[in-house]
Amino acid sequence: MRRHLSSAALVLLAAGCNSPAADGDQSPAASAAPAVPAALATFERYDAAAVPGGPGPGKRYALGTAASTSVIARWNTDVGAQGTELPPGKGSVGEGSALYTSLCASCHGVGGVGGIAPNPPLVGRDSSAEGFRFARDPQLTKTIGNYWPYATTLFDYIKRAMPLATPGSLTDSQVYALTAYLLAANQVIADTTTLDADALRAVRMPYRDRFVRDDRTGGPGVR
Amino acid sequence: MRVESNAPQGDGHHEGHNGDREDGLHGAPNDRSASEHAVAPDGLTDARGTSVSRRVLLTGAAGVAAGALVSVLPGAAVGQGGTSAGASTPPPAPSRVPADPGSMLGAPTSAQGMRAAAVNPARVPVGAVSGSSRSPLGELTGTITPSDLHFERHHAGVPALDAATHRLVIHGLVDRPMEFSVDDIRRLPQVSRTYFIECSGNGRAPFKSPKPETTAQAAAGMTSNTEWTGVPLATLFREVGVKREASWFLAEGADACHMTRSVPVEKGWEDAMVVWAQNGEPLRPAQGYPLRLLLPGWEGNINLKWLRRLELGTQPWMTRWETSVYTDPLLGDTARQFSFVIDAKSVITSPSFPDVIGTRGWRPVTGLAWSGRGRIARVEVSTDGGASWHDAELSGTPQPKAHVRFQYMWNWRGEEALLLSRATDETGQVQPTRTALIDVRGPGTDYHFNAIVGWRVQPDGAVFYHGTT
Repeated sequence: MRRHLSSAALVLLAAGCNSPAADGDQSPAASAAPAVPAALATFERYDAAAVPGGPGPGKRYALGTAASTSVIARWNTDVGAQGTELPPGKGSVGEGSALYTSLCASCHGVGGVGGIAPNPPLVGRDSSAEGFRFARDPQLTKTIGNYWPYATTLFDYIKRAMPLATPGSLTDSQVYALTAYLLAANQVIADTTTLDADALRAVRMPYRDRFVRDDRTGGPGVR
Repeated sequence: MRVESNAPQGDGHHEGHNGDREDGLHGAPNDRSASEHAVAPDGLTDARGTSVSRRVLLTGAAGVAAGALVSVLPGAAVGQGGTSAGASTPPPAPSRVPADPGSMLGAPTSAQGMRAAAVNPARVPVGAVSGSSRSPLGELTGTITPSDLHFERHHAGVPALDAATHRLVIHGLVDRPMEFSVDDIRRLPQVSRTYFIECSGNGRAPFKSPKPETTAQAAAGMTSNTEWTGVPLATLFREVGVKREASWFLAEGADACHMTRSVPVEKGWEDAMVVWAQNGEPLRPAQGYPLRLLLPGWEGNINLKWLRRLELGTQPWMTRWETSVYTDPLLGDTARQFSFVIDAKSVITSPSFPDVIGTRGWRPVTGLAWSGRGRIARVEVSTDGGASWHDAELSGTPQPKAHVRFQYMWNWRGEEALLLSRATDETGQVQPTRTALIDVRGPGTDYHFNAIVGWRVQPDGAVFYHGTT
């Protein structure tokens, strides 16, 4: 019930917010939003008229400054599931293997099969752990190959977070190489592969379709 | 009175058998006992069992710096015997309890308060960098968790951020890409609300492998409840003009793993906040100083700390933290993804292991209940292992997505007893047994462990954890 109410209000509000109107224009959101029971305690109607002394309905406080393109460019390195943001560069499985040995194996173990706790194994396609049977058998170990739904996630995460003590120190080509090595070690791509943006976008992980949206809704019963 | 336990002295003794998972949430059955045995020579105890006394860290302005340093450095710095700041500052004379305290002048006023020497609730850090530390639920009362005892979970250490230069950038599908200083955000209308945050891995080890020697801290200490102050995210959304087509946003932290999670925009309009204060003071470094995204009722990880960037888009980014972890395997060989909401849950915090009930007669069976879907409507307590249930009193008016304390008065006559609690939230969700959860989700279920748990009381008064409901 809550979700329904909030969706309805959201549409109205987003319409108001989307308006390029300058400060002072009346937003339809404040007057048109349906009454939300206080118990739901949402901020959908908590606009610039909600606090005494403020600029009034539909107006902005106009605090903050225009974001510089440089700060956006520096931080906006995320690579989503479609891989549209993947940067130029390329790296081979062989290059990645050498990089892995020098930069990663000390924590993740030789060959990625398990390193210093709590670092989980990165590599493994043990046939007994295939089939995404993790709920049935608590002993099964998740690896990149038998669990991760998107190869692009590897690139994104290595680039932003690895190596642990010096994140951000890898070139994009090095990240491609490490991604290639880990995918090959997990038998997702061939050992002879060189990954670039197009090649990585084309990689399909074995269990991508096993992820489902949350169906828990509250109310009686266990899901 | 507490059972003596043989927990070793010193630091890091949990790491070997608890740090074996990415989440670092296994084990630590005896969190509390470690602190109890770490008594410093001056009679004060330190959270980590080192020689650095809490008093040193709380002395005046230097104490602020030292305290921040301790939080900022990886656990190794503390584990190796204290910080240089702590070691170089001579501790003031220790306070000892004289025979007749009223016969002499007391201590002067102080810049920052400290706990009584005999009172030492403590988190016990597990893991040096990608670590966690649980709230000592068995030693806390009421509903508010002291800020320094709010549980921690971080994946690349606690970053040292400067509030004067920190920026929150909001861009993507917005009319006006903008950056906000912390000062800008503090100038917007402020809202203070009390919410719990619970790690969705809370209670993993005792769920997977229940052991009698499990404290309330180890069983459920990855939930905490505090008052948060900040600005509604809706206000920031209006400032930047979120476009109609935006349906998800990415939140990013300034820590070393640059934590990222995808959030439905709808949650941003509903009750999300960008907070900068907790319990009346600026956020502690371990809680996200200077800015944290607060998504009430949602799993801890997505309440993203050290917030530096929000990007509006049309689909989830599928970051590591919403794919390879924080996804929940289900029977049918699938995994539940974006399982944000914390289910209805409760835990009795007193009595609990390692209590020994020394006296028969009346005592409250008390604990905490919470739900990510709203208010707790009811908590029932059983003293006979679930054969019969009795409504407990809820203290005060339950608030949505916040801990509520419950109590049930119990007259113990020395019999063997099994104390259980069962919460029901305002949606009608009833906390299930462990068996019911496993039946539905499978023995390999992961995250969102909200099973009924409790405590077995032996005729000799010893209290032990009971997780096999």
